Amino acid sequence: MQPELVERIGSDPRYLRLVRRRSRFAWTLTAVVLVAFFGFTLLVAFDKDLLAAPIGAGVTSLGIPLGFGLILLAIALTGIYVVVANREYDRLTREIVEDFAA
Amino acid sequence: MRWIQAAAVGLCLAIIPCGAIAGVSGQAVRQPTNWTAIAMFALFVLLTLWITKRAAARTRTVSDFYTAGGGISGFQNGLAIAGDYMSAASFLGISAQIYADGYDGLIYSIGFLVGWPIILFLMAERVRNLGRFTFADVASFRFAQAPVRSFSAISTLLVVAFYLIAQMVGAGQLIKLLFGLPYTYAVVIVGVLMILYVLFGGMRATTWVQIIKAAMLLGGATFITVMVLARFGFSPGALFAEAVRVKTDLALAKGASPAEAAVQGRSVMGPGNFIKDPISAISFGMALMFGTAGLPHILMRFFTVPDAKAARKSVLWATTWIGYFYLLTFVIGFGAIVMVATDPAYLDGAGVLRGGGNMAAIHLANAVGGNLLLGFISAVAFATILAVVAGLTLSGASAVSHDLYATVIRKGAAGSARELTVSRVTTIVLGVVAILLGIAFETQNVAFMVSLAFALAASGNFPVLILSLLWKGCTGRGAAIGGSIGLLTALVLTVLSPAIWVSVLHNARAPFPFTSAAIFSVPVGFASIWLISLFDRSGRGAVDRAGYAEQRIRSETGIGASGASSH
Repeated sequence: MQPELVERIGSDPRYLRLVRRRSRFAWTLTAVVLVAFFGFTLLVAFDKDLLAAPIGAGVTSLGIPLGFGLILLAIALTGIYVVVANREYDRLTREIVEDFAA
Repeated sequence: MRWIQAAAVGLCLAIIPCGAIAGVSGQAVRQPTNWTAIAMFALFVLLTLWITKRAAARTRTVSDFYTAGGGISGFQNGLAIAGDYMSAASFLGISAQIYADGYDGLIYSIGFLVGWPIILFLMAERVRNLGRFTFADVASFRFAQAPVRSFSAISTLLVVAFYLIAQMVGAGQLIKLLFGLPYTYAVVIVGVLMILYVLFGGMRATTWVQIIKAAMLLGGATFITVMVLARFGFSPGALFAEAVRVKTDLALAKGASPAEAAVQGRSVMGPGNFIKDPISAISFGMALMFGTAGLPHILMRFFTVPDAKAARKSVLWATTWIGYFYLLTFVIGFGAIVMVATDPAYLDGAGVLRGGGNMAAIHLANAVGGNLLLGFISAVAFATILAVVAGLTLSGASAVSHDLYATVIRKGAAGSARELTVSRVTTIVLGVVAILLGIAFETQNVAFMVSLAFALAASGNFPVLILSLLWKGCTGRGAAIGGSIGLLTALVLTVLSPAIWVSVLHNARAPFPFTSAAIFSVPVGFASIWLISLFDRSGRGAVDRAGYAEQRIRSETGIGASGASSH
């Protein structure tokens, strides 16, 4: 890539918007996963009784929906990212690529 | 109690922190030869060899060999990643863990899964946009090639070596158990098939082996799960209640008081012995999460798809299949408590599972589907090992031929044909070494090896990738030296930890008391790269920083990224 092209793309408002938006969204989702997983790990380490406590009248413990929930959360968040990226980031990227890489 | 030892080896292969079951190593006892299983496995081998033959005809360039020409779709790649990642040990080991302790198994499963969203949010698309064949392409993108490539290649070979030895030894033990074949035969069969797939079919054959294996594993596990749930009117609550009742009765039968027995029965519904101290818990979680994001054979899979969009889609599919698989494993473990632990046909005189704890899912297959399903699931376990070792070998071979030979030694002037020859020779060498080490380590305790591989990937590859991708100030010197310091810290701390210092070297007390090094070695990796880059006043350091703008544009937009090859 020519230095002049790097300069032009690097200062293009659409490029800046793409990078800013995607990075903010990706780091937010990353933070959610980190907090959820390490929060769960700390719960396992410090409050086993809470996780083992039955919900309702049956034997199923609170830990089961929490654990399953974490697995489903991981899948759901990757899904959300893909949907947003398909809809929004791809469009911005395409505009930039069409302008500069043609 | 050789069965218990065999079970423990298998469990450890599922990266269970082996402090908990330290000091175990052992031999699975040969089972009677299982002809149904062998026939089903033979079918799988014939099918995959036919695919390899077809793939071989289309493997002409290094791009075909390393990345299947970049022509794999996002959905296919997602399945292949799942096939690459879900090992036999994680199927048999985690379901066995749930059979024994209940809830604890779910904690491992979650640890294995949570690295995937991180890969998607921070890495997958950028890795695809910057690289062609290996993750070193990405890590060294704007740096002087030799130092960073050398670091990446050494780190890849270390990770692959430990992972591969553990798989080979696990394969030998497992196949002895499932098929009734002698250990050495089993290791040689796995080694030879793995060489054939990679040598002739390259990434294309490896991908299809992984896809077929993933489909077989997911199909088999789904079938068992449906059969188990059907007995309980598709109510997981009823299944759990029955499991608690079974565990309580078993405790009563062993002479526990009714109050003790009730506590023991209920223990399957909550965390038990998994976590001894919070530092080990966090550390182990970090090793799994960040290690997943630094595994070279996994990162390599992102170059098999045409573009960043497909890379993104691959992670979504991979996360979905792997997460789904772990949900199934949980039901399978509880199903085994209910249907296997109560049936004398599957137990020896002392009430221990025939064939060892690892057999929980296998016996359950027999209980719900008879000998045919038993044979199928055994064949799946064998296929699973093959898919994992083929991916590892390919990744190791590409580190030698693409990073060390073509880039560091020949400075990019090697030529495609020559590079392809080197990767094929390396494949054979790696395969033969893996067979020999697999045989040499038959009676050794290899439990620490997979967790060591994850710790190395988390402490070396992961910080190097994240900082070179996202921090302008990162320099080649910082990445190569800092990454090596992270690797070395993980290696030394693991040697000093109970898993090696006590279990393998037979010392009384480990100087490093935690089950995983990651909580220290990952920050050490990041801090070393940061500090060394910060104080890097060399001219090359300035060039490295100046190259960031261009790297960033390519990583974000894909402008200039390598596409799929046209043939």
